[in-house]
Amino acid sequence: MALPNKPLGELKAVKDPEVDEREVDILIVGGGMAACGAAFEVKKWMDEGQSVLLVDKAAMERSGAVAQGLSAINTFIGENSPDDYVRMVRNDLMGIVREDLIFDLGCHVDDSVHLFEEWGLPIWKKSAEGKNLDGKKGQSMGTLKAGAQPVRTGKWQIMINGESYKRVVAEAAKLALGEDNILERVFIVELLLDANKPNQIAGAVGFSVRENKVFIIKCKSMVVACGGAVNIYQPRSMGEGKGRAWYPVWNSGSTYTMLMRVGAELSMMENRFTPARFKDGYGPVGAWFLLFKAKTLNGLGENFAASDAAKAELQKYAPYGTAAITPTCLRNHLMLFEMKEGRGPIIMDTVTALAELGKTLDKKELKHLESEAWEDFLDMTCGQANLWCATNTEPEKKNSEVMPTEPYLLGSHSGCCGLWVSGPDYDWVPDAYKIKADNGKVYNRMTTVNGLFTAGDGVGCSGHKFSSGSHAEGRIAAKQMVRYAKDHADFKPTPKLSKEELVDLVYKPVRTFLEHSKFSTAIDINPNYLKPNGMMYRLMKATHEYGGGTATYYLTTSKNLEIVMDLLATMREDCEKLAAGDLHELMRAWEIQHRIWTVEAHLRHIQFRKETRYPGFYYQADYPGQDDENWFCFVNSKYDPDSGKWDIFKKDYIKIIPD
Amino acid sequence: MPSFVIDEKCDGCKGGDKTACMYICPNDLMVLDPNAMKAYNQEPDQCWECFSCVKICPTQAIEVRGYADFVPLGSSVMPMLGTEDVMWTCKFRNGLIKRFKFPIRTTAEGSANAYKEMKGKDIESGLLATQEADGYEIPRPKATV
Repeated sequence: MALPNKPLGELKAVKDPEVDEREVDILIVGGGMAACGAAFEVKKWMDEGQSVLLVDKAAMERSGAVAQGLSAINTFIGENSPDDYVRMVRNDLMGIVREDLIFDLGCHVDDSVHLFEEWGLPIWKKSAEGKNLDGKKGQSMGTLKAGAQPVRTGKWQIMINGESYKRVVAEAAKLALGEDNILERVFIVELLLDANKPNQIAGAVGFSVRENKVFIIKCKSMVVACGGAVNIYQPRSMGEGKGRAWYPVWNSGSTYTMLMRVGAELSMMENRFTPARFKDGYGPVGAWFLLFKAKTLNGLGENFAASDAAKAELQKYAPYGTAAITPTCLRNHLMLFEMKEGRGPIIMDTVTALAELGKTLDKKELKHLESEAWEDFLDMTCGQANLWCATNTEPEKKNSEVMPTEPYLLGSHSGCCGLWVSGPDYDWVPDAYKIKADNGKVYNRMTTVNGLFTAGDGVGCSGHKFSSGSHAEGRIAAKQMVRYAKDHADFKPTPKLSKEELVDLVYKPVRTFLEHSKFSTAIDINPNYLKPNGMMYRLMKATHEYGGGTATYYLTTSKNLEIVMDLLATMREDCEKLAAGDLHELMRAWEIQHRIWTVEAHLRHIQFRKETRYPGFYYQADYPGQDDENWFCFVNSKYDPDSGKWDIFKKDYIKIIPD
Repeated sequence: MPSFVIDEKCDGCKGGDKTACMYICPNDLMVLDPNAMKAYNQEPDQCWECFSCVKICPTQAIEVRGYADFVPLGSSVMPMLGTEDVMWTCKFRNGLIKRFKFPIRTTAEGSANAYKEMKGKDIESGLLATQEADGYEIPRPKATV
């Protein structure tokens, strides 16, 4: 007999949860690549008496953006220079980036890649004859650290067999930290400022999604690395397919929201990412462009990106548009132009690409090539492989459609929104990029809140870190956190709110539910509360229609922004009446609040920046085109937790690396 | 759906110390019904189809049926995760079957060197611990503006 179709919630929530209070020197919030980097590094710098705890919403073995695996490591410097790495990132992100952070990352990222290989991640190698060897066969060529050549698919990417990438990285992180110092399935939802020292982090509060328990954790220093924000705009698929987001669907903007709510300064929150991917399945296209040399065609069969019209359009965005590698947003821009002009859909010509490659390959090599094409999906987007199977798509026989997705917010991929953090304390780094803590010292990757760090998607103005760079950045932050905690050994963290107040805060949706749920006969429909699922649809509809979603080809206007800001204010009011009947739903209740705050920051920034810096990612119709004279600068914002007011302002961009 | 659980094959991991799919799901979707001792996906429209539950299930009780919005019926993609490789069986709607085998790991599970004994020396430098041990020198920009 089949089981009845059960709705949410095997684990019921109760009114009064247990409370687990802890105090550590160093707290790591998150479990993805950046947090695993921090976990690997942190104890190597700690003194005997210092303590550390890592808290992950999920299980580290498969948490974060690399949970499913990856088929490439997108940042490996190797034979290139960090200087050129800065130039590439700067061009892709239309000129305005933190070159100190990017250069610094470029100095450390390869060390993490070398560790991944040592731990067992299979990395493709070039044979002596220049042939591609997979990660197992490639072992005969030695390691990257010893000088073996990776298989490059572009200047910065290297190919891997990455199904178990996250498992391998998490294993080392867990071994380094020790099981006793890890809490899994605990969702941190708010950060806590100190009662005595202004602008000093003192801890965090969250809850278990497995048992009715609230965790209050005090600390001297903390890194928050909980990824970017997904499902903040209406996705192109609105049924079951909502889950098939390009970025991990569980990234709920927690990094940005939790940090902004304690007053940490945000930067470039107007930036977003709307990747062009295989339609619906959202499988990666990078290998198709770079490894298989495929072209995209418009509905008329034209290679539109190579047309004179496209070149003329790119010319408008010189020097970025005319650079050797067209910035990601402008590639989208060209695609959207075709679609809007009625020359869609956009087709990836896999058939021609594989036929061309086949001319120089024998049968065995061709078979291998086919396998590589499938592995690209199976390693990181299994759902796309299934879509090809279900639609009888053999790429050598049938082309596939490509489409720009709904918007995502992130700081580690081809996007750069996030927190304003301190750069490293080197003489070549401008003072304006160094944040001085209360003791006058500079702590690399510290936010504008003392003792509070971030990494990966959390760090703004420095995209193109990807998995390896996020790991390295977590390590950088870890060392600085230890240093901060040592320099503040006498600090006694004292959260402003009491234990009771914190439990009230975290379990509010549960108490609202328990108080009112008997009023109506349908548990989800009740005038006294709103379930998180309903609020999620409300947010998606508002951003979709007014905030430059796919409904309008990413176009918004000043008036639309005014309307959506009003809608968001009402949403935040209604969030006071969110209700959760079980622990999973309580997680969703907090996630939707994190998403709403993150979206508000995003749209406030778009509203402030009176130009269209990233055509293809979004368009401000009242201010089309780039305005370098007035807007060649960062936009930063700060929410004041005491007054509840936002401040938004320009911050100077400083060029460090010459063209 | 996303992932679904085959009733006949799921034993609720009663012999194990934890329900494997519930332990692993990055989005907290898989739960155990303690009365029936069967797992189920509690929120299929939030499933990323990451296959983590499929790969970890000790009784191969979990499979994926593509998202109803855009995936026609009749296909299946199934991994078999070993210690060194993963074997994929991809079945097309038209019956075509493709099999692929890819390496996943070149070392034994649990053997990752976490450098537990390594202690960094200079907390004021910009070096990571393994870089310091290797005698790495942090480069400076070749030129600045």
